[in-house]
Amino acid sequence: MASITLDQIRHAYNPNPVSDADYALREVDHEWVDGGAYALLGPSGCGKTTLLNIISGLLHPSHGRILFDGNDVTELSTQARNIAQVFQFPVIYDTMTVYDNLAFPLRNRKVPEAEVDRRVREMLDIIDLADWSKRKARGLTADQKQKISLGRGLVRNDVNAILFDEPLTVIDPHMKWVLRSQLKRLHKKFGFTMVYVTHDQTEALTFADKVVVMFEGQIVQIGTPAELFEKPRHTFVGYFIGSPGMNIMPVRLEGNAVLLGQERLDLVAAPSVNPADRLQVGIRPEFIRLGQSGLPVTVTRVEDIGRRKIVRAELQGQPIAAVVNEDTEIPTDAHVSFDPAGLNLYANSWRVEERA
Amino acid sequence: MNKTYNNKAWFFVLPVLLLVAFSAAIPLMTVVNYSVQDTFGNNEFFWAGTDWFDEILHSDRFWDALGRNLFFSFIILAIEIPLGIFIALNMPKKGIGVPVCLVLMALPLLIPWNVVGTIWQVFGRVDIGLLGRTLASLGIDYNYVRDPIDAWITVIVMDVWHWTSLVVLLCYAGLVSIPDAYYQAAKIDGASRWAVFRYIQLPKMKRVLLIAVLLRFMDSFMIYTEPFVVTGGGPGNSTTFLSIDLVKMAVGQFDLGPAAAMSIVYFLIILLLSWVFYTVMTSSDAEEGGRDDG
Amino acid sequence: MLELRNVAKMVAGEYHIHPTNLAFERGSLNVLLGPTLSGKTSLMRLMAGLDQPTAGSVHFDGSDVTGVPVQKRNVAMVYQQFINYPLLTVYENIASPMRIAGKGKSDIEREVRKAAELLRLTPYLDRTPLHLSGGQQQRTALARALVKNASLVLMDEPLANLDYKLREELREELPKIFAQSGAIFVYATTEPSEALLLGGNTATLSEGRVTQFGPTTQVYRQPSDLTTAKTFADPPLNFMEVEKAGASFQHHGHVLPVPAHLLNVDDGPITIAFHPHHLGLAEQTTAAARLQARTQISEITGSESFVHLDYGGLKWVMLAPGIHDLEPDSDVDVFLDTRHLMAFGRDGRAIAVAV
Repeated sequence: MASITLDQIRHAYNPNPVSDADYALREVDHEWVDGGAYALLGPSGCGKTTLLNIISGLLHPSHGRILFDGNDVTELSTQARNIAQVFQFPVIYDTMTVYDNLAFPLRNRKVPEAEVDRRVREMLDIIDLADWSKRKARGLTADQKQKISLGRGLVRNDVNAILFDEPLTVIDPHMKWVLRSQLKRLHKKFGFTMVYVTHDQTEALTFADKVVVMFEGQIVQIGTPAELFEKPRHTFVGYFIGSPGMNIMPVRLEGNAVLLGQERLDLVAAPSVNPADRLQVGIRPEFIRLGQSGLPVTVTRVEDIGRRKIVRAELQGQPIAAVVNEDTEIPTDAHVSFDPAGLNLYANSWRVEERA
Repeated sequence: MNKTYNNKAWFFVLPVLLLVAFSAAIPLMTVVNYSVQDTFGNNEFFWAGTDWFDEILHSDRFWDALGRNLFFSFIILAIEIPLGIFIALNMPKKGIGVPVCLVLMALPLLIPWNVVGTIWQVFGRVDIGLLGRTLASLGIDYNYVRDPIDAWITVIVMDVWHWTSLVVLLCYAGLVSIPDAYYQAAKIDGASRWAVFRYIQLPKMKRVLLIAVLLRFMDSFMIYTEPFVVTGGGPGNSTTFLSIDLVKMAVGQFDLGPAAAMSIVYFLIILLLSWVFYTVMTSSDAEEGGRDDG
Repeated sequence: MLELRNVAKMVAGEYHIHPTNLAFERGSLNVLLGPTLSGKTSLMRLMAGLDQPTAGSVHFDGSDVTGVPVQKRNVAMVYQQFINYPLLTVYENIASPMRIAGKGKSDIEREVRKAAELLRLTPYLDRTPLHLSGGQQQRTALARALVKNASLVLMDEPLANLDYKLREELREELPKIFAQSGAIFVYATTEPSEALLLGGNTATLSEGRVTQFGPTTQVYRQPSDLTTAKTFADPPLNFMEVEKAGASFQHHGHVLPVPAHLLNVDDGPITIAFHPHHLGLAEQTTAAARLQARTQISEITGSESFVHLDYGGLKWVMLAPGIHDLEPDSDVDVFLDTRHLMAFGRDGRAIAVAV
């Protein structure tokens, strides 16, 4: 396994980029540690697949370099970089058996047959397809085929990193759980460097040690799932992560507090912001307590989604959402109070750090 | 996907049905009629029963011609299919080269068949043909009028020139439908060029290859115009295929009875061989089971 | 009202759809929930008239429409793969059903603009589908379905190819958009959370059979059999086969107290099932039973943790609030909130579920 360094990578699909908007990937400068599990999370068009293809070598970046363990691999072909990639839809060799599919990458590299047998059998056990090894790969279900794709990537022992491009897209929700925890288990056991691209926040947050949130070609925040959840650095991160996303409401500054409409929210200390900045306050639905005391709200709708209820209401003319337990009663005269730990102030969409 | 059941569809098919009836069904019945009668075409019919069929099936002439046809088809398939696949693999998939190549490939298919025959007939002539004269000046003894082997080579090369494009276009259609991810995965797996062909491209082309083989077999087995224009069946009867023989018998000798019997036999052979081909190939297709996921 | 009376579809001797009886009221939103290949698409095609049932009949507002081809019925269908006319502009795409129906120019103009406004497509009316994002393409398909003013709108996993967040937004808008038309709305999905978010009624499907149909929250909380409970669970349901003896459940030597709502159940072998969020790390209520399990792997989502457990060989998932990155292969005490236990007979039928 290797550490991956992205050295000032920029990429434009057009040969003559003029402005920032022409770049699919704006400046990316980052190092990923050996053996870590990373997720690239963002909406369509944010550049995550572009970045993944640059790492794997399927795309040559217009600027910048890629380093594996400090070695410049930018000019190397995909094959030479020794990475494994699992695609969105299962890519398997239809005419071969499951066994042969897994053996393929090893045989191509002239690994002795005895060794091939040993590793393939080991992999079959790990991906739970030992009983199917002699079957033609063609007739299997989508999740079994995807497991074969995964197995083909893992069966080599010289792999620098494993890249996943939205691999659970065609899998049913039930099987997604099984595959996800299997992936996690594999990661814990083997310690591969894994990079996982997805637009599904649950997949990203459950899989990765660190999540890279991308938006319009830029990395907006890199952090652990907890950090992204509790202290999103950009309003986009607040919005994109969490279902429902963070409540973002415009406010005005007044000394040590902000004004939300007529209501006053006290802050720990006076924040350092410019008078011209556009100020917003963000609070996640999970940090809002619904009860009899606090700021008055008008409840517009309650959505019962099984294990919890989403309460949609209006606070000072702004839409706000809160989540409560499935057994909680919604009071008729509803009020909300904010957990101060979950209250974030944003100036021009970027988080204002508290002064110590 | 199931089609909606709608009786109005029959109206669309009616004109074609009429056309097929007149150009195929009725003439076929006439031929059957002739094959069991003895006639000189002057509307006098004498019942002959299976006599003509007996005569045909016991004539050396028939079996020789049939042998030539089978041999010819075999060679044609052995050359055109691999050559077609090879060209399709090397055709560009993106960019300006695509329409240029497609047009180039389509050109030979657009030429009327007798014109194809004429082109090669002239091309191969030792006195005024470009090919003939060039070969003669190089000292090669080439004369399709006198030498049966040269005649065969000419007819085969002509057919390859004429029809390989069909195989190319069919295979190309199959190839372009392969998603990029397969090639990427193969690169990552370290697959050699041959492995990519064998495990990714060939399986995906299987269905179109089936059509290509079937079409080429049927067409080559029925071949008439091109060799007739080039060699007329000669020298001697070295390139006399069944179709040519048939026409000689019917039009040249006015042996309508035997000719009709021979056409029926010819028709049945084509039908049988095509059916065998088709069944063998679609049964292996059916083994594919499972849906195409993804 | 759309009624399916004993509708069945057989293909090559096998049932693709078992004999089904369903009735959908006007203006209702109905979700077809089930895994892939469970028959959702086949059932929708039978409702639309794209396929003929091999048995049974389809009735609309009282009249038998079984043989009527889909062009004659007033049906709109939206697919998973954004299907639009690739060479027409968004405006023309939305106008197409009206042009076929021969509506007047000013009518078309008005309706197209109204639909575009509703689906936020007004700035894109001049573009062709190739120049639109996935979300915009699907909105175009939806607008086209909207202007048709169909009495039956069928949607086959329409949001499956869209981004997570986009899906959330559209899912919220969809019922509002179509509610005004009073049409019968049928929506197929594989995700239980989508069914819960959409509300309305849900029909759970499994292997060509409708296992239950009713108001969504009712089907969720009171499944009539184990298959329905399983179909409706995301994360997957946890179960345990126990022996009921009086006021306790016996399981391989361990004893669990029987909660109040299950005390009247007959003694004997039953299967109990519960959702992952009814298992926790803290003793929330007095009705909680303490169990000892072995951790396997923890998945953190930022505000909650999915902990995979092994309880005596059974694979369970626990959804605990907060962040708990538990060490794999360690023993942990978990608490089961027995108030929400569901009991099923060994044949799969529900015996008692918490109200």
